Amino acid sequence: MTWLPAYTLWKREIVRFLRQRNRVVSALVQPLMFWLLFGTGFGGSFRMGAGAAGAADSAGAQDFLEFLFPGTVILVLLFTAIFSTFSLIQDRNEGFLQSVLVAPVSRAGLVLGKAAGGTTLAWVQGLLFLCLAPLAGVPLSVSTFLVGAAVLLLVGFGLTALGLLGGWLMDSVQGFHAIMMLVLMPLWLLSGGFFPLDGAPPWLAFIMRANPLTYGVAAFRHALYPGGLPGQDVPSMAVSLGVSVAFAAVIFAGAWMIVGRRTRGDLR
Amino acid sequence: MTEMLATPDTAPPVEVDGLCRSYGERVALDGVTLTVRSGELFGLLGPNGSGKTTLFRVVSTLIAPSGGSARVLGHELPSESIAVRRGIGVVFQSTSLDVHLTVRENLVHQGHLYGLRGAKLADAVERELERVGMTERARDRVGELSGGQKRRVELAKGLLHGPRLLLLDEPTNGLDPAARRDLWDHLSSLRAEGVASLVTTHLMEEAERCDRVAILDRGRVVALGTPHELRSELPGEVVTIEPRAADRVDTLRDAIARAFEVEAQSVGGVVRLRTSETGAGAGLVTRILADFDSDVASVAVGRPTLEDVFIERTGRTFA
Repeated sequence: MTWLPAYTLWKREIVRFLRQRNRVVSALVQPLMFWLLFGTGFGGSFRMGAGAAGAADSAGAQDFLEFLFPGTVILVLLFTAIFSTFSLIQDRNEGFLQSVLVAPVSRAGLVLGKAAGGTTLAWVQGLLFLCLAPLAGVPLSVSTFLVGAAVLLLVGFGLTALGLLGGWLMDSVQGFHAIMMLVLMPLWLLSGGFFPLDGAPPWLAFIMRANPLTYGVAAFRHALYPGGLPGQDVPSMAVSLGVSVAFAAVIFAGAWMIVGRRTRGDLR
Repeated sequence: MTEMLATPDTAPPVEVDGLCRSYGERVALDGVTLTVRSGELFGLLGPNGSGKTTLFRVVSTLIAPSGGSARVLGHELPSESIAVRRGIGVVFQSTSLDVHLTVRENLVHQGHLYGLRGAKLADAVERELERVGMTERARDRVGELSGGQKRRVELAKGLLHGPRLLLLDEPTNGLDPAARRDLWDHLSSLRAEGVASLVTTHLMEEAERCDRVAILDRGRVVALGTPHELRSELPGEVVTIEPRAADRVDTLRDAIARAFEVEAQSVGGVVRLRTSETGAGAGLVTRILADFDSDVASVAVGRPTLEDVFIERTGRTFA
């Protein structure tokens, strides 16, 4: 008994989301504001590639608004992942989870349903944001949209699984805030989505290269710029996809195992 | 030697034997042995911390026993948890409904978790809505319902897949008297359908409505039987005397015990004594009031209740 429970848990995530209008608004408006304010605010002082020889002339020249765009889409995914953490904690606090845990549902069905629900929400929001690409000066074609959508699905899944893993380990909303500030936000800030890898001092660049989300952002950049990213120090598409798939697989397996093992936190 | 292998259909809904469970150092269940029979309404009565919720959790497969054995519907726990889950319905102390979904959506969701779908699921949903009288509210969000209505939906949810055993943890917690009665009426009528219920409570009047009751204290069963049997163990009447000054309760107890040559206890701030014969209490009350008027705030006399059984067995009040 895995698929029917997984389906119904998935559907519940979607219905719940749509019925909480403030969630719909905040999930999209927040990154949008973030993008516009940072993008225009930093725009004047930002020069791509730090190459003093007038990067504006080169083909890969981007202003900050454009540079920040892919990272912002990834941020949308990250916010949704945070929500999937939160939704798990809520399920536990509202008592909903207890009735799932005594139902004849395999833990696989539970993880699959929650992960699929979170991923769907992340993905659809990411896609909506992706449609704004032309506003950022990123031309969209059918093929870049499709490849971009595929990358978002992959990254969204990995981040949702990460959120579930965190949510399962946590009993409180306080713990949730801690993980958000200490893990998820740095994960994004150091992903090459907010500032480029090549401008960072070596120690920071080292951390950024160790950050799995760096490869998610890179894969998404490649997807949006099929012509390549000249003058930018970004991991290759193959490496980025490889790391992203491995990250999603490892985190999902981790969530799967931990949900099977830990039950005491479910008792209140 | 022939061995009778009980099939799940005829096996007692709950059989626990020497069941133990500890949380770290704390022992919550200390060798509990009891059997719930088919179609029986069985009450677990005990104060907070007596272990009844822990027993509920073990039987509902949420936690594993630390010792002893637990069989539910003929399946061993924790190894056959999934088989047990298919056959039990569970109603938790705190609400387990999704407040953002409608009543019907909650039930459909629950049905899916139990593998029900299509016409079979639709029939089950209508049947249970009808049972708890919530058909009219099926399209309303659960968040808009009153506490009593939510409980009724919880009950419908627990019964949706047609379990042979219903487990309820303090199901009337936070309900007004009318909603409490309503819920207990439902539980009573389940007997006719052959559904056994195991319900925890800390309320005497609820335990009185059960077919049989196990009284729990500090993780042990201190009494087990029908409410009538348990009360009948205590002949005579119970007289409780409330002292005017709370710190004088022990002095008053000793004085009364000496004066009337009876055994008196001081429990929970009152002096308590039991007469050996029915009808003797009234005379005793008169004499206590005459002799100890300045020390006594009030005196009450009554037939022994389940609370008296608890006090008799544990030497403490049920608080």
